[in-house]
Amino acid sequence: MIASQMLDPHRPANGPAGPGVRDLAPGAGWPLVRWLTWPAVIFTALFFAAPLILMICVSFWQRTTGGLEADWSLINYAKFFEKDFLVQALVNSVEVTVLVTAISVLVAYPLAYVLAYRVAGTLQRILLLVTVLPFWTAYVVRSYSWLLVISEGGILNQLLMGMGVIDQPLEIAYTRAATVLGFVHFFTMLLTLTIFANLVQINPSYRKAASDLGASGFGVFWRITLPLSMPGIAVGAFLTFVITIGDYITPQILGGNAEVLMPQAIMLQIGRAANFPMAAVMGTLLMLIVTAVYLAAAKHLKMERL
Amino acid sequence: MRRLFGNISTGVYLAAMLGFIYLPVVILVLFSFQRGMLPVPPFEGPSLEWYERAFSNPRLMAALGNSVIVALSSSFAATLLGFLAAYSLARRPPRYAGSVRFLLMAPITVSYLIIALGLLVVFNMVGMSKSLLAVGIGHTIINLPLCFAIIYSQFGDHHRNMDQAAHDLGAGDLQVIWRIAIPIMRPAIFAAFCLAATLSWDEFIIALLLSRFDVTLPVMIFELLRAGLSPEVNAAGTIVFAISMSTVAVAAIAMLLWRGGKR
Repeated sequence: MIASQMLDPHRPANGPAGPGVRDLAPGAGWPLVRWLTWPAVIFTALFFAAPLILMICVSFWQRTTGGLEADWSLINYAKFFEKDFLVQALVNSVEVTVLVTAISVLVAYPLAYVLAYRVAGTLQRILLLVTVLPFWTAYVVRSYSWLLVISEGGILNQLLMGMGVIDQPLEIAYTRAATVLGFVHFFTMLLTLTIFANLVQINPSYRKAASDLGASGFGVFWRITLPLSMPGIAVGAFLTFVITIGDYITPQILGGNAEVLMPQAIMLQIGRAANFPMAAVMGTLLMLIVTAVYLAAAKHLKMERL
Repeated sequence: MRRLFGNISTGVYLAAMLGFIYLPVVILVLFSFQRGMLPVPPFEGPSLEWYERAFSNPRLMAALGNSVIVALSSSFAATLLGFLAAYSLARRPPRYAGSVRFLLMAPITVSYLIIALGLLVVFNMVGMSKSLLAVGIGHTIINLPLCFAIIYSQFGDHHRNMDQAAHDLGAGDLQVIWRIAIPIMRPAIFAAFCLAATLSWDEFIIALLLSRFDVTLPVMIFELLRAGLSPEVNAAGTIVFAISMSTVAVAAIAMLLWRGGKR
């Protein structure tokens, strides 16, 4: 401390009590370090916050032959709710997203539980790694791979027909079920990771105390483990919700054109219709939904602790 | 006896779940070696003819090059920005540190499609054309929260003491960063870079909306898909998959070794 006081002329050796105490805070007196957040902050403000705000503005603007006109009104929103197929896309998206989030939690929880409490040591680490490894890989390719499995001549139908379970190939490909399957497969891995990370942090003495006090195996799970693992579920479910509701590729490849979800409808507005204000309306609506879900789950969410 | 039964049922359950997780991947890779025209059973092969096709497809190879460029540069930018911000917030937290963290993490809560849409509107307005640079900017935005979070979470108080000691011994800020902070944080920096690279390597919607001629590999594969199922797509997909899988594996092993060493 004395050395740093000598090196730093701004730090008084015998200053008054108030500022002197503050000066003892570690990290005080490093002139450059405090500026180092700025590059990231400016970059994020410029290429994330500003575009987002502008997109919201555009949703209130009008399309003209030359481009966009800043003529503020709610007319684009009115147009959105007048068009049945756009409203239907929103409904479809919310339904699929809620379904995917719920099923993914139900599939992932037992897996995370088994990995956390039924295997241990090196085997546990390896199994966890193997379980979540494909999550990081090959987003487009993964949807395509499921198409190979469930298509009319795909391996699933050939297997079932070969075993005599069915006579006609099942029509799973290009349906909502295919979209949900692709999503659930993807998010099982993510949720397993977040729930696992939560489960292994729970102090084992809580569960032991509960069972010593007479709780049954299920009682311990229902009243101790499950409530304490809610943060892990919340973080994983929230990310599942956000990614699913905004994902274009999975419904496009697996769901086909049987029904249109919001991201597909947005892409149609950008592409064929070249209608930026309407695309912005739909983007803003998606953001509103995500914000509402975030606020509802906020007390469980600690994103930077992920 | 009960214990043995428990172990067996746990094993069967885990095998079934891993089967579910790896089923599509196995099918993808298997039928990339198909000899016939369709990547569905019966399997006739193995044959490398579709890999030869893929590697001699100039558009596919150009897309592969673009993907590598975008992945490396956007993860480098995101890791650099993320490291500097994490270091600054860990060592010299300003009073508004909470708001800074919130802003830096915010892109994680917004769909890639909406990030792409916002950037598309901005680039249109300022007259910047769709390009690989635009895709790189978009990928840096989605990678920055990840890099920041990984590196920030690894800064501990014991590191702070080392930095303080170096300062007390007369090192300047840059010297401390270069000779203390970066070497100590190397595993986290490396893991952040690798994960960011795979995220960018796989990303589709930003690359689709912000590029015109110089498309990346996922966009190229999506275009090939319009022609229907083909073993060539399987081969290209297997290449994509193998590259990202090995990058993640390298990052994960580096992290595990590092954690193991710390104990």
